[in-house]
Amino acid sequence: MLSDEFIRELINVGEVDIVVGIPTYNDARTVGRVVQAVRAGLLKYFARARAVIINADGGSRDGTRDLVRAASINDTGSSDLSALRTLHSISTRYEGDPTNGTALHTILSAADLLQARACAIVSPESTSLEPEWIESLLRPVIRDSTDLVLPVYRRHKFDGLLIRNLVYPLTRAVYGCAVLEPYPADYAFSPAVGNHFLNLDIWTQEQGRSGTELWLALDTIIRRYKIAQSFLGARSRPEGPQPDLVKAMRETAGTLFHSFDGNPAAWKESREPLPAPCNGCQPSVSLEPMRVNRKRLHEMFSFGVSELEPVLSSILTAPTHEELKRLAALPGEKFAFPENLWARTVYEFAAAYHRAVIGRDHVVQALVPLFRGRALTYLTENREASEPEVEANIEKVCQAFEAEKPYLLQVWDGGK
Amino acid sequence: MWSSFVSEMTRAAQEILQSVARFLPRFLEMLVIVFVGWLIAVLLRTITRSILKIARFDRLSQHTGATELLRGAALPSLTEVVSRLVFWIAWIGFILPGISVLGITGFNEHVATFFAFLPRTVVSFFILLFGLLAASFFSRAVLLGAVNAELPSPRIISWAVRAMIILFALSMAFEELGISSRTVIVAFAMTFGALMLGLALAFGLGGQDLARQYLERKFGREPAHKGGEGEDISPL
Repeated sequence: MLSDEFIRELINVGEVDIVVGIPTYNDARTVGRVVQAVRAGLLKYFARARAVIINADGGSRDGTRDLVRAASINDTGSSDLSALRTLHSISTRYEGDPTNGTALHTILSAADLLQARACAIVSPESTSLEPEWIESLLRPVIRDSTDLVLPVYRRHKFDGLLIRNLVYPLTRAVYGCAVLEPYPADYAFSPAVGNHFLNLDIWTQEQGRSGTELWLALDTIIRRYKIAQSFLGARSRPEGPQPDLVKAMRETAGTLFHSFDGNPAAWKESREPLPAPCNGCQPSVSLEPMRVNRKRLHEMFSFGVSELEPVLSSILTAPTHEELKRLAALPGEKFAFPENLWARTVYEFAAAYHRAVIGRDHVVQALVPLFRGRALTYLTENREASEPEVEANIEKVCQAFEAEKPYLLQVWDGGK
Repeated sequence: MWSSFVSEMTRAAQEILQSVARFLPRFLEMLVIVFVGWLIAVLLRTITRSILKIARFDRLSQHTGATELLRGAALPSLTEVVSRLVFWIAWIGFILPGISVLGITGFNEHVATFFAFLPRTVVSFFILLFGLLAASFFSRAVLLGAVNAELPSPRIISWAVRAMIILFALSMAFEELGISSRTVIVAFAMTFGALMLGLALAFGLGGQDLARQYLERKFGREPAHKGGEGEDISPL
């Protein structure tokens, strides 16, 4: 529900060509720089377009909205940038809990009201955002009638472990669409996708609050809209503590399993792979040295497998469970969680989620310690690996998921 | 004397015959009631069994851990137990009025007591069932939460939660039935109190460092340990 004041501001803006949405909640540290980069991108690459920046804020108490307003007024610091049209900027406080899903709903509603031809969402944590990102995201929508543009970042080889070991391989194998970042932080879409998404009935459900961007990407793939990927550049790592793994697992694996459960026809029958061409793609792995505590990951995996035995026995088939117990007993230096076993494990979890053998959230939570084991193997394999080797190892995981897909069909309704 | 004896015997035989003649229709009536009751009970059992199978009640039973308990006690599945319970309640519900037709002195009071007790029995059964359901759900939630938070001895914590909830459900069920309600409540309170005191002592004395770290983490006097996974990796 949009506030009256927000609607009045939108009416003042009138119809636009481009909406750039920035969902925020206590992002004072980073949001100013992001807004300035967005402004610079719009002025530089879409100077003739009618554009508006919409900040949907969840009730920040650190002055985020003031910073957005200030950054919207400040000039971009570059004298050769000037607007041919007024670049509007609106900040609104949406009702309800501060979640990305609610913020996205607010931005989608605004884009719909403004009849925008293209809409981009950028994360306030994307501090490495360059003006070129705005062009890379929006140009395919405006020029090529692409419905969804997903980002490709250059990331450290040890970043995005859940994306590289679960979300990307699983999306690619099950839905047949090889998008490297199915859970995007920065992305753009057409009004067709925006309106379709706005009319989905997810906004009162969990998918409408967290993991919403992944749900949007999956739904776009399922409906076979036109998808493209754009290489954006290096993505800075968010400052402060890394996201909680249980929460991240709910947002990713929980959303994926829910999507499989609700759309069996989209993946059970064999369909042509959905192309997702990548604009300007470059190697997406960087190799700077990084400290990794592998011993702790090993302990957490073994601890999880042993302590969660009654839970895992109700989720996994006996052979897979036995194999995991055998792995858990291995010393750290001999430990290896093979791709095929990981793929089978994930598929059994997806089937257990579908059959609700225990509470569905419990199924997702039980995957966390097992993922730690897989992450450990990934880190070990890629410790000394070069860029092509890392990419080859990620490809091996994807191929394992693809090869094991018939197993998902086999276990889906309880077959062992 | 002989004729007097014969006359007495004849009168006694006639009285017996009259009693039997009076009793027989009632007995037949009772048999009919019991038989009709049996038919209805069988029908109810079949309907209950079908409904529970359609509703996948056994899966619920498995989730709650009730299946394990029943298996341990060499009992059939929960669907079967509930179906049989329905059968016996329904049949006894017919047997008792059937017997009361015989006119046995004082029996009607027992029948009335039984019917007064029946709703309580059913309510107790459901309290116990939902208690088991809650115990299973919350103990599993605690187990998963404790494992993912790396708390020591997650299974013991989970088991303690399960035991407490089952005890609580039992005490409620017994209270509903009116069986030793005070004793059960006192026993529950003592066990709960002892467990909490034990945990408080264990956490406060045995795990001083853990308690301090937890509280500091929770209330932010010290920044949270960077990198929840013990290293500088990011999942997303």
